[in-house]
Amino acid sequence: MRVLRTTALSVRYRPRALAASIACVLLAFAAMVVTLGSGDYRIPPGEVLRTLAGGGSMADHFIVVQLRLPRVVTALLVGAALALAGAAFQSLVRNPLGSPDMLGFTEGAATGALVVVVAGGSSLALACGAVAGGVATGVGVYVLAWRRGVHGYRLILVGIGVSAILSGVNGYLMTKAQLMDAARAMLWLTGSLDGRGWSDVVPLVVAMAVLAPVVIVGCGRALHVIEMGDDVARALGVPVERVRLATLAAAVLLTSFAAAAAGPVSFVALTAPQLARRLTRAPGPNLIPSMLVGAVLLTCADLVAQHAIPGRQLPVGVVTGLLGGGYLIWLLAAGRKAGRI
Amino acid sequence: MPSNRSLVLSATAPPQAPEAAVPTPGGPPGPAARRTLNRGAGLAVAAVLLLAVLVLSICFGAKSLSPGQVWHGLADSGSPYYTVVHRMRLPRTLLGLIVGLALGLAGAVMQALTRNPLADPGLLGINAGASAAVVTSIWLFGIGTFEGYIWFALGGAAIATTAGYLVGGGRSATPVRLALAGAALNATLFSFVSAAMLLDSASLEAMRFWTVGSLADATSSTVVRVLPFVAVGLVLALVLARPLNALALGEDSARALGSRPTAVRAAAIVAVTLLCGAATAACGPIVFVGLMVPHVVRTITGPDLRWLLPYCAVLAPVVLLGADVLGRVLARPGEIQVGVVTSVIGGPVFLYFLRRAKAVRA
Repeated sequence: MRVLRTTALSVRYRPRALAASIACVLLAFAAMVVTLGSGDYRIPPGEVLRTLAGGGSMADHFIVVQLRLPRVVTALLVGAALALAGAAFQSLVRNPLGSPDMLGFTEGAATGALVVVVAGGSSLALACGAVAGGVATGVGVYVLAWRRGVHGYRLILVGIGVSAILSGVNGYLMTKAQLMDAARAMLWLTGSLDGRGWSDVVPLVVAMAVLAPVVIVGCGRALHVIEMGDDVARALGVPVERVRLATLAAAVLLTSFAAAAAGPVSFVALTAPQLARRLTRAPGPNLIPSMLVGAVLLTCADLVAQHAIPGRQLPVGVVTGLLGGGYLIWLLAAGRKAGRI
Repeated sequence: MPSNRSLVLSATAPPQAPEAAVPTPGGPPGPAARRTLNRGAGLAVAAVLLLAVLVLSICFGAKSLSPGQVWHGLADSGSPYYTVVHRMRLPRTLLGLIVGLALGLAGAVMQALTRNPLADPGLLGINAGASAAVVTSIWLFGIGTFEGYIWFALGGAAIATTAGYLVGGGRSATPVRLALAGAALNATLFSFVSAAMLLDSASLEAMRFWTVGSLADATSSTVVRVLPFVAVGLVLALVLARPLNALALGEDSARALGSRPTAVRAAAIVAVTLLCGAATAACGPIVFVGLMVPHVVRTITGPDLRWLLPYCAVLAPVVLLGADVLGRVLARPGEIQVGVVTSVIGGPVFLYFLRRAKAVRA
């Protein structure tokens, strides 16, 4: 821990965490430039940078700024939002597995969206359905797991149970849809960034602008203390229940907005905070590094998804699902050796 | 009931001491013998229940038949109901019977093997393994029939069972670890399944109906094909009852009693694979039956697998067929797939067990 002082202001920072964060920003930027330049019409990185800076030809400007940039920005924001929500959750339940994926929120968002698809609703209604489903599931899981406080493993197991119920319901809704709608729903359910426009980006920007400060500035330090235990936190004057409720609400909303923009992309919320923790080697929720790692993860996953199979595009959720599932298995194996789980 | 609670926590409370099967000559029957008698009577009641559900399953459908009409349809080839009964209702009911039996037994063996009350073929990712293999067969090899993908399903189930068991921590698996390993396998495998479904719309069309778990497409040839696998699994499970009981006492005690733990575990995994793989290949992944039935049965029989397994074999089809009939009656003239009904009914039961279980409070 170091402190940067000027006469008016002092900022505490950890050199390693700062370095890791800067590395993440650079990596995310590099992935962004590569993604913007690749596709049917290739643009070299130099041209991409010039176009972003305002130069370049009209055609390049159209392709980069109108067609490809919204997708990349969506990826960055969705990754950041999911990772931030995951970091807050994991910190709250004091368990590396307490992420929205494991707690059934993503299934819930999917159920909300599928109801809209079967009813034949618009894309906007689909996004609203996803948010509503995610929030309702969040409340439901919390209530079901509540017994004099919500504790780690029961919350996770309740989440797994709720996921299983909802996935049955989702399967049923899939059979009720027309084949065209089913294909659209399937794509959405997997998590996809295909064809995102600026209109998809705007709600995400607003949500992040409001919710990220709530979590990072409003609750960050309190979360750091709560990780040491509720009693310690109370003794130090942290309003534990209020912080918990605020963080949970913000995290559920972040997850739901991310799902509305890109579908229930799996495992970013689970893995990003864990990777961030290993990179920074800092205790506490690591909110900002997690967010940056999440953004990097999703942009890179999207890059892989676009080019893994020549001529065909995979949805980004398939890539994160495969990688994240593998990572979770590894986490379980490692946790077993360490005797933690 | 404190005893019941402890049973929910650990599937492997030591089995009861060997019982005197024969009452003392001349005197009134001893308590152990009476318990055997009660359990026998209970099994008979369960069998009657099964018979009733079988009849219901043949009677109900898009068009309901009276028991008299069913009898005519069964026996008289000239009857107007002959085709409906023989082509549709009978295969469907028999498949439900076989698949229910398979899932119930698989759940009971899984729970004993992993010493884990939350074990269920669906939650542990075994069905997902079979699903992933079946999708592969549809997507890459264009196989669209049950005969074609049964072997894939069995292979996938075998790999997923072994992987889940190993990742979950093998013999030292805790409920949470095992559930998490299952969740991880499920997520990974279903990512693969959805990739296949997205890249190939023929797969999507076939799979979106298959992945819910349904008995609707049952034909007599499916019944005939699935039967041998389940029969072998059934026999294996019943033979394993006693060694698994011994294993429940702990590795060392089991060895002292002359059992070979590694061989027993391997055989149990083979039994689970046969049962789940065949069931999943026949009608898609069905969750929670393998979880619920052994739990309920354990409150009746106690943890002794020699009673638990036969009870599960009889009562699990009752649950599955009951759910299937319910799905047909609720959504007439269409139907709700049986997998949906079992997850909607079974999920709350699962949550109820969680709330009761002490082990999960940690």
